[in-house]
Amino acid sequence: MSGFMILVLYLVAFFGSYLIASNLLRGLFESKGFNKLKTVTFGDESAVVANRLASVISVVTVFWLWVAFTNSTIPLPKMPGPYQGDVEFTYTLTLPDGTTDDATVAVRVYREDIQQTRDADGNPGRIPEAPEIDEGDGAALNDSLTVARYGFKVINVWQNDAVAKRDGSVVTHLNGRPVEPGDKITIPEGEIGLTDKGTPTFEPKTGFRMARLYLPAPEVVLERFFRLNEEGYQNFTLWEHTWISLQRVLLGFFFGALLGIPIGYAMGLTNWSRGWFDPIVEFMRPVPPLALIPLMIIWFGIGELSKVILLFLAALWIMIIAARAGVSGVAITKVHAAYSLGASKMQILWKVIIPNSLPEIFTGARVAMGVCWGTVVAAELVAAERGIGMMIMVASKFQLTDIIIVGIIVIGIIGFLIDMGIRRLEGWLVPWKGKV
Amino acid sequence: MSGLLINDISMRFDLPNGGHVQALKNVSLDIKSGELMSVLGPSGCGKTTLLNIVAGFLAPTEGEITLNGDRVVGPSPERGMVFQQGALFEWMSVRDNVSFGPDMKGMSRKESAANVDHLLEVVGLQDFKEKAVYELSGGMQQRVALARCLANEPDVILMDEPLGALDALTREKMQSLVLDLWKETGKTIILITHSVEEALLLGERLLVMAPRPGRVHKEYRLPFADLGVGNDLREVKKHPEYNSTREEILEMIWNMEEEIMGRAEENA
Repeated sequence: MSGFMILVLYLVAFFGSYLIASNLLRGLFESKGFNKLKTVTFGDESAVVANRLASVISVVTVFWLWVAFTNSTIPLPKMPGPYQGDVEFTYTLTLPDGTTDDATVAVRVYREDIQQTRDADGNPGRIPEAPEIDEGDGAALNDSLTVARYGFKVINVWQNDAVAKRDGSVVTHLNGRPVEPGDKITIPEGEIGLTDKGTPTFEPKTGFRMARLYLPAPEVVLERFFRLNEEGYQNFTLWEHTWISLQRVLLGFFFGALLGIPIGYAMGLTNWSRGWFDPIVEFMRPVPPLALIPLMIIWFGIGELSKVILLFLAALWIMIIAARAGVSGVAITKVHAAYSLGASKMQILWKVIIPNSLPEIFTGARVAMGVCWGTVVAAELVAAERGIGMMIMVASKFQLTDIIIVGIIVIGIIGFLIDMGIRRLEGWLVPWKGKV
Repeated sequence: MSGLLINDISMRFDLPNGGHVQALKNVSLDIKSGELMSVLGPSGCGKTTLLNIVAGFLAPTEGEITLNGDRVVGPSPERGMVFQQGALFEWMSVRDNVSFGPDMKGMSRKESAANVDHLLEVVGLQDFKEKAVYELSGGMQQRVALARCLANEPDVILMDEPLGALDALTREKMQSLVLDLWKETGKTIILITHSVEEALLLGERLLVMAPRPGRVHKEYRLPFADLGVGNDLREVKKHPEYNSTREEILEMIWNMEEEIMGRAEENA
């Protein structure tokens, strides 16, 4: 239900913010420069420029949806939340002799994540006591209990009553309304009812917000981010987990490129090398690196070596193919021209083929880095002593969703930074790309 | 034995389906040192193959080529190439492209600097020395290619449609430049072109080739290249012989293409 509502709200935000913003902020919706003079823009991809206002609203919308569907303390409009506080309802016990007696059940609904919260002194929260009540008198006595938000309680009201259930005392009314086993009554605080066997139940209202287990509020994730940096998790801080993962990727990629690029060049330059490596490369290329994880663990254990070798293998084939494509992409006229100018084979390699293949090498490097980054997380999910994937995997076992989300965000940011870095390097080293 | 001697060259390509293509058959030419020869012919007449053989990129199936008495067995800086386009090194500046040949020989930048600067001035690019070649226009890129070839001081310059990718106006300017360079340097030049006008204007000797098998069809000796040196090429085009020769060659090539089409129809 919440998922459907998120989808609807997201669509409303997409179209609604466009309608509002395009009417109020016309200036931001006008084409700039030469595009302003184009009368045909729909279908002309070059005339499509990202509307930065849309980007900002998009990010804000995702953030707001996150707040709206969680029990966040951030003051933004939110969906109706779960009930929290004290609630009372009455039940009527009918005894075998036909006499009846009413009694009250007092329920205290507390935060489901109370134990994960901390007070000003850093002490974790405790589950509160049940409300204090006077048991009263008569055949049915008043009860008192606690239930967590999003929880459900089957209430054994007979535990302090004079006549036990097996002796024939039956709950016939809730809040004065006659009920049969299996019936449910909605009250403002939730739902009361009887089980199929006739025992009263109480389920506090959940609203549309998600419990911390499913989606922690943004501020919870942020706080976890800082705590992960200070206290760490599983003996290492967030930065240490991230750095070890990054280190594995860089090492694996480095060795993959170190061996893969020369092999790729050799495959592009000599018949023997092409024939020699072709079967291996063509066979290994379609094997997903993830499929190699079990073998790597059996051969090299769960330590650094197995990770680096796995990533080396992930990068190797990609870099071989990139370098081979780089050689085949050299225009034959350039090679002919260089030979006519007196270049030797070695000079052709260093002065013509290597510089000319740089664009392909960089494309390969971007792909390889992306694959390596994905593979390292997966490899750590399977088995590792540390690393960002391992942090996520262990956190999931303890249902620490906030750590998982911190991990996912960090993985995304690092992946983006890696790609940006390679693109910058490419722009610097291969300024002629796309201009020839 | 001075000059380029093309002695009874034949070239046969085997096809994967068992057939073969006779790209050149019994081509013989004696090109004197300092001659400017243009080669014209319809597509498939083997003119680029001929040039590649002279350059040493292909070995002929029969016959041989000698330059100043030495047999041609592979590419060499004696025979410089100018390609249509895309043969410049984008990762180098204009100056580095031009000094590529001297660099390969192991000449220091100091030694080659004067010659490189001079050549850049000759082709009119002295102000673009440090520019990247991909920043230049097509015509300027071909000027760099010319200068790069000349920097190596080859005996023969082989031009494979060097002006083919340029617009008409730039092309005319470049034609004048080629003539000027020819006169100034006295190099032997073989120039392949698709344009009859260009072949007439630039060819001291003009070779018309015919296809299937590729062979020399007719040879002309023309005065226009000499007339064109230092002159407006448009004036040269007003020469009566220019127009009559042009019509004759166009007619010749037209007939060749008709014949090819006819043969293709017969086969079909």
